[in-house]
Amino acid sequence: MTDRLITDLRELMTAAPKVAVNAAIAVSAVADGYVTRPSPLGLLFVAFNERGVSAVDMADSPAEFERRFNDLYGRQALPVGRLPAQIERHLDTAIATGKPGKLPLDFSGLTEFSVAVLRKTAEIPGGQVRPYGWVAREIGKPGAVRAVGSALARNPVPVVVPCHRVVRSDGHLGNYSLGDPDNKRLLLEAEGLDLVEYQMLSDRGIRFTGSETTNIFCHPTCHHARRTSPGHTVEFRSEQSARSAGFRPCMVCRPAAAA
Amino acid sequence: MTTTMTRPDLSPLARDLATDLDGAFTAYVLATADGIFSGSLRMLGDRRDAEDVMQETYSRAYKALGGYSEERIRNLKVGGWTWTIAANLCRNRLRSRARKPTVPLEALEVKATNTDTEDAALSGIGKVLRRALMDLPFPQRAAVVLRHVLDLTYDDIAAALDRPVGTVKADVHRGLTRLRRAYPEETIR
Repeated sequence: MTDRLITDLRELMTAAPKVAVNAAIAVSAVADGYVTRPSPLGLLFVAFNERGVSAVDMADSPAEFERRFNDLYGRQALPVGRLPAQIERHLDTAIATGKPGKLPLDFSGLTEFSVAVLRKTAEIPGGQVRPYGWVAREIGKPGAVRAVGSALARNPVPVVVPCHRVVRSDGHLGNYSLGDPDNKRLLLEAEGLDLVEYQMLSDRGIRFTGSETTNIFCHPTCHHARRTSPGHTVEFRSEQSARSAGFRPCMVCRPAAAA
Repeated sequence: MTTTMTRPDLSPLARDLATDLDGAFTAYVLATADGIFSGSLRMLGDRRDAEDVMQETYSRAYKALGGYSEERIRNLKVGGWTWTIAANLCRNRLRSRARKPTVPLEALEVKATNTDTEDAALSGIGKVLRRALMDLPFPQRAAVVLRHVLDLTYDDIAAALDRPVGTVKADVHRGLTRLRRAYPEETIR
């Protein structure tokens, strides 16, 4: 008996939404899913896979982003409707604060050195900057300043891992890989850093500032340095001059290896 | 979308998945996704939940296949096997939904709108049927959906639901009987 009920049941077959099919394909190693998110710089493309967020990028169009992603990682990037819960929960905060927090990140294609650089960079608080050499020293590779620069240039997840907070020791901002080079300045200013003041200080050769009431010296953008009132601020051109003036390095911004 | 082609032969897919999981995974998803989505949607009655289940199904399938031997994948009845994962997830989702039935007001509103869109896409009788399906106990609903919406074999359904074939057949029969009762008289030819 071919009855109406059986025919009607067959009619309940429907097409899966394209973005949901994409998300299903993206669980495999051939493709990552991606969404877009607003940021102070403009629209960000955020790719992810089962391990976590794999790329943050800017592009003029989805097609351009997809092509670039494929060139870089050898996988497809497919637009999806929704993010996995763990990423959804932490992505917007990570973008807004420039700090990964609990956002899972996919560093699987990177060298151990690059991962160390990125993890250390992720510790720099918003609105503050550290020299490339500081990252190198903190990860136990004081001679690898240039390598730190290259590792940051290839940071797959800019903004979220704030490579914009790592600058040259002479006060110049150095390169930036996400969109326009000027984005580095825009991000730092959006975080409240007074770049004019910082660069004037650097131009005078000042690398550290200290407080004469505590005898502690800091990176000039360290939260503790900025709390020092101008009347009590002492300026130093080097770690050596700070130490010989009887100052010890700040435990928070760690401007020098503990003696 | 209505597919008239039923029960496509998925055995070449199993062969391809066995030799090159990543190379064949996209084809596997494309071949099975409409079924997994439609079936989950009819078992759960909610598009968002159906999308979640679909996503989780393929995530688990990918991990499972990655751990299977080539031999095991080659002998897999891919369609039915995927449903062993999806049916379980549907059942679990209904259970957890029953445990925490409180939903924020905003969410309820969104849900209502979604359902309306869904209803509009179906003919008048589709609406009645969809609701009648949701009134069936889960084992009957799952069996009817897998048999008559997705056209799975009784063997595949029995495996997917982890129940004896006889029980599945009885569930389909009982389910259909109840659905017929819910149908308005004049629509039965």
